[in-house]
Amino acid sequence: MSSAVAGKNYLNESSGLWSWLTTLDHKRIGVMYFITVMFFFLVGGIMALLLRLELFTSNTGVGTSFLAQLPNVIKGDANPADLYNRVMTYHGAIMVFMVIVPGIPAILGNFFLPLQIGAKDVAFPRLNLLSWYCLMAGAILAFATLFFNKIDTGWTFYTPYSIRTGTSVVMMVLAVFIMGMSSILTGLNFIVTVHKLRCPGMTMYRIPLFVWALYSTAIIQVLATPILAITLLLLTMERIFGIGIFDPKLGGDPVLFQHFFWFYSHPAVYIMILPAMGVISELMTTFTKKTISGYTAIAYSSLGIAAVSFFVWGHHLFVSGQSEIAGIVFSFLTMLVGVPTAIKMFNWLATMYRGSIEFTAPMLYALGFLFLFAIGGVTGIMLAVVPVDVHFHDTYFVVAHFHYVMVGGTLMAIMGGFYYWFPKMFGKMYHEGSAIWSWVFIFIGFNVTFFPQFILGAKGMPRRYFDYIPEFQQLNRISTMGSWLIGIGFVIGLITLVRAYKKGAIAPDNPWGGKTLEWTTSTPPPHDNFAVEPIVNAGPYEYK
Amino acid sequence: MGTQHSASHSTTTSAHGHSEHHVTPFDVYVKVAAALFALTFLTIGAHSIREHLQPFAAVIAFSIATVKAYLVVAFFMHLKYETNINRAIFVSGFLFLALLFIICTLDIYTRVSQSSVL
Amino acid sequence: MSTNRTINGVEVAMHFKDDVHQYSSNKEGIWLFMATEILMFGGLFVGYTIYHTMYPEMFAEGAKYLDWKLGFVNTLVLILSSFTMALGIYFNQKNQPKKAVLALAATLLCGAIFMVIKYFEYTHKFHLGIYPGQMLNLDLVKPEHANLGLYFGFYFCMSGLHGIHVLLGMGMITWVMIRTMRGEFHSNYYTPVEGVGIFWHIIDLIWIFLFPLLYLVG
Repeated sequence: MSSAVAGKNYLNESSGLWSWLTTLDHKRIGVMYFITVMFFFLVGGIMALLLRLELFTSNTGVGTSFLAQLPNVIKGDANPADLYNRVMTYHGAIMVFMVIVPGIPAILGNFFLPLQIGAKDVAFPRLNLLSWYCLMAGAILAFATLFFNKIDTGWTFYTPYSIRTGTSVVMMVLAVFIMGMSSILTGLNFIVTVHKLRCPGMTMYRIPLFVWALYSTAIIQVLATPILAITLLLLTMERIFGIGIFDPKLGGDPVLFQHFFWFYSHPAVYIMILPAMGVISELMTTFTKKTISGYTAIAYSSLGIAAVSFFVWGHHLFVSGQSEIAGIVFSFLTMLVGVPTAIKMFNWLATMYRGSIEFTAPMLYALGFLFLFAIGGVTGIMLAVVPVDVHFHDTYFVVAHFHYVMVGGTLMAIMGGFYYWFPKMFGKMYHEGSAIWSWVFIFIGFNVTFFPQFILGAKGMPRRYFDYIPEFQQLNRISTMGSWLIGIGFVIGLITLVRAYKKGAIAPDNPWGGKTLEWTTSTPPPHDNFAVEPIVNAGPYEYK
Repeated sequence: MGTQHSASHSTTTSAHGHSEHHVTPFDVYVKVAAALFALTFLTIGAHSIREHLQPFAAVIAFSIATVKAYLVVAFFMHLKYETNINRAIFVSGFLFLALLFIICTLDIYTRVSQSSVL
Repeated sequence: MSTNRTINGVEVAMHFKDDVHQYSSNKEGIWLFMATEILMFGGLFVGYTIYHTMYPEMFAEGAKYLDWKLGFVNTLVLILSSFTMALGIYFNQKNQPKKAVLALAATLLCGAIFMVIKYFEYTHKFHLGIYPGQMLNLDLVKPEHANLGLYFGFYFCMSGLHGIHVLLGMGMITWVMIRTMRGEFHSNYYTPVEGVGIFWHIIDLIWIFLFPLLYLVG
C-alpha cells in the first residue's frame, strides 16, 4: 500500500508517448492492446454494418450504392458483388486475426494474469512488447492491402482461388503470418509465467480459473500457430513461384491446404472462446458471492477443450472432398467438445444456485453469455452431424452459429470483463445505468440480428453472397435492423468507458468484493503490482 | 505443484551451489561428434548398396537419422539433463505433428481408394 | 530497469527470485520456441511424405537431379558446426571466453561453408533450368513426370527455409560471439549462448532428416 500512499501507480509512474511505446510493464502493454484492438474492432464493426446494409434489400441495395460513393479508397470497385466480397473478407480477417484472437488474452490476460498469480510481471517483458509490435506491424501490412488490390478470398484464403485471384493475397498472408508470431509470443510468455512466476503458496490448484483458461489457450497458441505459419508461407510460395503443393495442376491437393489451415484455425476458435470462459468463471463467482462450483472440473475442462480442439478440424471439410471415413471420424470427435463445454455450463449454473446474485453490468454480460453461448454451442453440435451439415454447409445457419459463439460468447465476455476490471485498470468507476443500457441494446440487437439467420440458413440462403432471392427479404430486413441495435449498444458502451475514464468516481481497491489477488493491491496497481509479495494459503474463491 | 518444485530447487541451490547449470564433460562431446560422423558415413555406405537393401533402404536411412537426431537432442541440446517439463514441451511438438500427419493421411488414403485423385 | 539486481554475478530482473529462477524460466521459453520451430518445419515434412507416397516414381526421378555428395559434405559440415557450437557453450560454462570465441568462430565458418555449397547447388540447378513448380523447364523432363515441379517445389521450400534458418543462426552466433568477447558470460550466466546453441542444433537436426529425405530416398 506504500505506493498507493505515495500516489504512484503504473499509469502516472512515467509519462509521455515514448514511455508507453517502450514500456515493459505488462499492465501498460495490456492498455496498449486495449486501445489498438478496440480500434480494429471499430473498423471491423463498421464493415459488418455495411455488409448488413447491403443485405437490407435484395438486388443491389442501398449499402452498395452508399459504398460506391465513398471516395478514392474504394474507387475502382464499381461492381457491387466484388465490393461485397472484399468488405466481407476484411470484416472476417480483421475480426478474427486482429480482434478476437488477441482480444481477451492480450488485453485482459496481459493485465491480469500476473496480478492474479501474484507475479510482478510476465516472464519475458521484452517479448511481450515485441508481441504488441508484431500485431501492429501485421495490422499495418493488412490495412496497407486496402490501398492496393483489395483481397477477396475470405479470411480462410482457400486454394485454388487464392492462388488465381489477382488481389494482394501475398501481402495479406504475410500480415497474418506476422500477427501469428505475435500470438505465439503471447502464448509462450503466458505458459512460462504460469509455470514459473506464481507467488508463494499459489499452487496450480489455487490459480484463478481465468488463469487456467489463459494457460490452456496459450498451449493452443504455441502448438497450433506454427502450422498456420508454414501453411501461409507455402501459400505465398505457391503464388510467387507456383510450387504446386496446393495446386491440382501439378498434382497438388487443395484439400490439403484446408487440412493445414484448419489444423490451426479450428484450435484458434478455442483460442477465441476459452479465455472468454475464464472471464465468465470470474464474473460468476464474484457476482454470486459464492465459491465457484467445481473448480477442478472447470480447470480440467479448459485443458480438455484445448486437447479436443486439435482433433476436430475436419468438420470444416465435410463437403470439401474429404473422404467419408474421415468425415465420420471427425463427426464423432467433434461431438466430444460438448462434454467439457457442458461441464463448464453446468458448473456456472450450479454456482448461481442459492448465490446472492447481483445484477451489475458485468454479471448481465455473463448471463447473456450463458444464454447466447448455449445456443451457439448446441447448434455447433447440430453442425457436427454430417448429414445435417451437408444441408447447412455454407448457409446462413453456419453464419448464425459462429456469430452466436464468437460475438454472443467472446464479445459478451470481453465487454463483461472490461466493465468488471475497468475500475482496477484505470482507477475509475463507470456509470452503471449506461453500462446496463449498452447491454440491453447489444443483447437484444444480437438476437434480432442473428436469430433470423438460423431460419434463413435452414431455408437455404447461402452465405457470402451480396444478394438473395426476394422471399428472404423480410428476415434479412429484421437482421439488418438488429445490426443497428448492436451498433448503438457498442457506441453506448464506448461512451460509458470513455466517460468513466474522464469523469468517473474514484474506484476503491475492491469495488465488487472479489477474492482473487488483483483486488488485494491498490487501484490502479503500482508499477511492480504488489507493495508486499502476496502469500497464498487458500483457494482463489473462498466465499463463506 | 510448481511452487514446491521451485522451492526444492532453491534448497538444492544453497546446498550444492548451482546445480541448475549442468556441465557435460568435454570427452562426451567428442564421443558424440565421432558417433555422428560415423553414422553419416554409415548412411552413405547403406546408400551405396541400396539395391541389395530394398525394400528397407529408406527405413534404414531414417533409422540412422533418428539415432543421430537423438544424439544431437540428448547431448548437444542437453535435453538428457533437462527438466521433465522441458522434455514434455519438446516432445509435444513431435506429437502434434504426428497428429497432423495421421489425420491428413487418413483422409487422403481413404479418399484415393474410393476414386483416384489422378 | 532500476529494480534489477545482481545475484551471483548475474543481473536478475525484478520479477525473478534469483539467477537460477531466471535461468530455468528462460530455458523453458527457449524450449517452447523450439517446439514451434519443429511444428513449422514439420508441416513441410508432412506434406512431403504425403506427396512422396502419392507419386513415388516422380520423387525418385527428382532425387536423381541432386548430387548426394554435396548433401553429404554439407551434413558433415553441419555436424562439425554443432560440435563446435556445443563447445562454445562448454567453454563459456568453464569461464574460458577465449576458447569459446574460437569455437563460435568455427561454428560461424561452418555455417558459411554450408551456405556456399548451397549457393553452388542452387545456381547449378538454375543453370540447368530447374526451378520450383511451374517454372521448371519441362523440356528436361520425361512426359510421365510432367509434375516434377512439385518435387522441386518441396526441394526449394525445404532447403530454402532451412537455409534462411542457417543465416538467422549465423547472425545470432555473431551476436553471442561479440558478447563473449566483451566478457559478458561466465559459469553462472550464459543463457543467450545456450539459447542460440539450441537453435543451431535444431537446424542441424532438421538437416539430419532433410539429407536422406531429399538426396538419398527421393
